[in-house]
Amino acid sequence: MHRQTTNSTYWQGVRDGAPFILVIVPFSLLFGVVATEAGLNVFETLSFSVLVIAGAAQFTALQLLSDGAPTAIALISALAVNLRMAMYSASLTPYIGGASLGQRALAAYFTVDQSYTCAIVAFEKNPGWSIPQRLAYFFGVVTPICPLWYIFTLVGALVGTSIPEGLALDFALPITFLAMIAPMLRTPAHLAAAFVSVTLALVFAFLPYNLGLLVAGLAGMMTGAQVELILERRKEARLP
Amino acid sequence: MIDKTSLWTVIVLLGLGSFGLRFVFTGLIGDRPLPAWLLRHLRYTAVAVLPGLVAPLVVWPAATGGSLDAPRMAAALVTLIAGYVLRNVIVAILLGAVTLYAGLALLGQI
Repeated sequence: MHRQTTNSTYWQGVRDGAPFILVIVPFSLLFGVVATEAGLNVFETLSFSVLVIAGAAQFTALQLLSDGAPTAIALISALAVNLRMAMYSASLTPYIGGASLGQRALAAYFTVDQSYTCAIVAFEKNPGWSIPQRLAYFFGVVTPICPLWYIFTLVGALVGTSIPEGLALDFALPITFLAMIAPMLRTPAHLAAAFVSVTLALVFAFLPYNLGLLVAGLAGMMTGAQVELILERRKEARLP
Repeated sequence: MIDKTSLWTVIVLLGLGSFGLRFVFTGLIGDRPLPAWLLRHLRYTAVAVLPGLVAPLVVWPAATGGSLDAPRMAAALVTLIAGYVLRNVIVAILLGAVTLYAGLALLGQI
């Protein structure tokens, strides 16, 4: 393989990130619209997207606040949705842990599903990359994604109130989330975690303050971890 | 209507908290290894939290006053199956939306 410059890894990142424009634009537009419908003004809606920069968590917080859940519950549930970011951070550490503190902080802010997924695939495929090349790639992926996240949140907030009722936009959120979840169900452990989560969320829906979601989330995580352990042990037992 | 204090508390703390989660390992832990049990649980956070969030919205949609709604249920199932089989988020969303509008039109709700 020929030697790559940081410039070329940056542009490779841009190319790998570009297809996600198709996900980011409708998703951020939707957030802008839903937030406006929930009574947020343009500045509040945009602040949400700039400070939090995580679609699923933003929707979770907004949904719970609109339902009248207490502030702490909305916050904890949204943070729970974002716990996977800690997982991403852990998994990126061996590759970019040696960068400067400022660079690591900037990369942390821009760690989203898409930038993480592209980066981890590219880093594993190109073990020879230097840390500057890896960072260039990472920020390359971010370039077509994150600015559009802000811009289309703004567009959504501006057009939000002009969207008619009959469009059944209440259901845009469940559909978007289901479409995101489905491809994540890769293993029996993921399936079991999701199944337990759905069942307990429905069974404990009567609990106040959306505590049912916390119960379902914790039980789902424990289920996933346990099923993974059991399957691993079985695989080991089958080996000679 | 969402209370403004509560809204800004959530926006700011969620922003800081999300940054904290993203920074915790790259920034603070560095190259030290993590306990396997913790990583094993973290792997399932997304699939454990999001389905639980969506399930009540599908079964008891607010738009119908909380009663089960055939077009919305069908749209949810189509989205889930399409996403699982095709592994493509955008196509799954489109198929789900088409199902929803077709269902609503069929029942004369739009």
